Amino acid sequence: MSGLALALHQFRYDQKVFWRNPASVFFTVMFPVMFLVLLGVIVNGQTIHAQGGIDATTYFVPAVITLALVSATMVNLAMNLTVLREGGVLKRLRGTPLPGWVFIAGRIGNAFVTALLMFVLVTALGRILFDVPVPWGRLAPLLVVLAVASASFCAMGVALTTIIPSREAAPAITNLVVFPLYFLSGVFIPESEIPSGVLHVADVFPIRHLFDALLAGFDPSTASAGSELGQLVVVAAWGVLGFVVALRRFRWEPRR
Amino acid sequence: MRGASNAGGLVRPSIQSALVAEPVIRARGLRKSYGDLDAVRGIDLEVAGREVFAFLGPNGAGKTTTVEILEGYLERSAGEVTVLGLDPTDAGGRWRQRVGIVLQQCNMQPELTVRESLELYAGYYESPRSVAETIELVGLESAADQRAGRLSGGQQRRLDVALALVGDPELLFLDEPTTGFDPSARRQAWEVISSLRELGKTVFLTTHYMDEAQALADRVAIIVSGEIVAEGAPDELAGRGGGTSSISFKLPVGVVAADLPSEVTLAIGERRRLPNGEVTLHTEEPVAILNALTGWAIARDLQLADLEVRRPSLEDVYLELTE
Repeated sequence: MSGLALALHQFRYDQKVFWRNPASVFFTVMFPVMFLVLLGVIVNGQTIHAQGGIDATTYFVPAVITLALVSATMVNLAMNLTVLREGGVLKRLRGTPLPGWVFIAGRIGNAFVTALLMFVLVTALGRILFDVPVPWGRLAPLLVVLAVASASFCAMGVALTTIIPSREAAPAITNLVVFPLYFLSGVFIPESEIPSGVLHVADVFPIRHLFDALLAGFDPSTASAGSELGQLVVVAAWGVLGFVVALRRFRWEPRR
Repeated sequence: MRGASNAGGLVRPSIQSALVAEPVIRARGLRKSYGDLDAVRGIDLEVAGREVFAFLGPNGAGKTTTVEILEGYLERSAGEVTVLGLDPTDAGGRWRQRVGIVLQQCNMQPELTVRESLELYAGYYESPRSVAETIELVGLESAADQRAGRLSGGQQRRLDVALALVGDPELLFLDEPTTGFDPSARRQAWEVISSLRELGKTVFLTTHYMDEAQALADRVAIIVSGEIVAEGAPDELAGRGGGTSSISFKLPVGVVAADLPSEVTLAIGERRRLPNGEVTLHTEEPVAILNALTGWAIARDLQLADLEVRRPSLEDVYLELTE
C-alpha cells in the first residue's frame, strides 16, 4: 500500500476507536453540545456589549465551535497519544512496517473530520434552537480557519504529549492548559465582562485568536469582520512551534 | 570465502552450505551499558532458521535489553549484530515485514474487536496471513468479535501474539509471553508457541520460567548479570551435573541422620543438620544408595515418607547457576 492508502486504512480504524471511546465522545461531542444548549437557554434574547454589540446566542455558537475544535484536535491527541505511548502501543507500532508519520497522519485526519463535523453540528443546532444565522456568505474563509486551526492545534497536541509524563497526568495537564484559556479568551464568559488587561494576556495564546476568527465569520457586523484570516497568523505561529517541538521531542516509547 | 573464488568447482558446495547455515540471528561480543551499569557484557548468540530459542534468566539479567537490541529498539554499545542478514539498528520497513514482535508489556487498543485489531495490523504488511486463520491459530475464535478491552489477560496476550503473526513473519520475538498467566492460560500459550514451530517460524523467546524453556525450546541460553553462563539443548543442560540424581525423603520421628547406613550418611556429606528430618542427597549411584536405604528401613520396619528420586531438571541447573 502507498503511504496515503495506508493513512486512509489507519484513519478508518481510528474513527471506530474515536466513536467507541466514551471519554472522547463526551468531551468532544456531548460536552460542547450541552454547553451550547445550556448557555443558549440562559442568554437567549440578550445582547453582549462587545465588538459593537452582538446577539448573545450568535456570540456563543462560534465560542462552542472553538471549544469543540480544540477538543477534537489538541485535547484528544494529547490524551490518546499519551495513553497509547504509556501502554506500549506506539512502541509496538514502531515494530511494524507502518511508517510513523502514517500513523500520526491517520490520527490527524481523524481530528480534522471530527472538527469539521462539530462545526456543522454546532452551526446547525444554533440555527435550529436559537435562530443563529448560518454564515453562508463567509463559508470559504471559515473553512480555511477550520483547516489551519485544526492543523495547528493537532501539532500543539502532539507537542503537548512530550511534557506529559504518564497516562494519569494526561487529563490534568491537558485541562490545565485549555480551561484557563477558554475563560480568559471569552469562550465561557462574554469578553465584555473580561478586563482588557486579561484579554491582552489571552492575545498571546492561540485560543482567543481562533475564537475571534470564527466570531468574525459568524457576525459580519463585529469589529473584527473580514479579519478572519489575519487572526490565523498567531494560531499558525503556535502550530509551527508545536510542529517543531513534536518533531524534535515526540517519544514512541513509554517512560520507565 | 573472499579469497577462494579461483578454486572453481570446489567453491560451490561450500558457498551453498554457508548459505544454508547462515543463522537468522547472530551476535558477537554484544554489549550494552547505561552509564556505569553494564546491562549486557559481551555476549555471543546464534539462532538458526526454524529454531525455537529460549533466552532464560532471572529478572534484571539483561534479557529484555538483549531482545530489544535484536528488535532494533535499542542501540548497542559494542559488538556485532545481524538479524535476518541486516543490522537491526538501520533495518527499514522491508526488514520489518519479516519480523514479528511481542513486547514484554503492551496494551491492546481496547475499542477494537479482535478481528478489527487484526485487520488493522494486516493492512501494514504486504502479504499478511488470513485474519480468520490467525484467530484460529491463537484460539480466539469465540472472542473474535469481542472488544479487546473486554478480553481476559490471557486472551489479550494471545491477541498480542496474533498481531505479531498476522504479517506472516519469518522470525518472531516473544518477550516473556506468559508472565502473569494462570496455569491453564500458560498451557494454552505453550500450544500456540508449539504450533509456530510447525509453521516453520524461527522463535526467539525470553522467559524466567525453566519449565517453559524446557517444554518449548530446541536450544536454551541462560543469562545471568549480563553474561551467558550456559547454552545448549534443554536436556543437555539438565545433564550438566554429570548424571547426578537427587534422592529425598523424610526421616521418621525419633530417627536421626546418624542412624542411617554409612553409604547414605556418606552421600549426605556435610549437611548433617536436617530441619524437620527432611533429607536430600545427591549421588551418581542412585541404585546402590536406594538399596542400602530401603534395606535399612525394611529391616527396622520404618516408613520413609515422601521418598523421591529425581534426575536433575533444567530448573536445578538454572538455580545452581543463578544463585
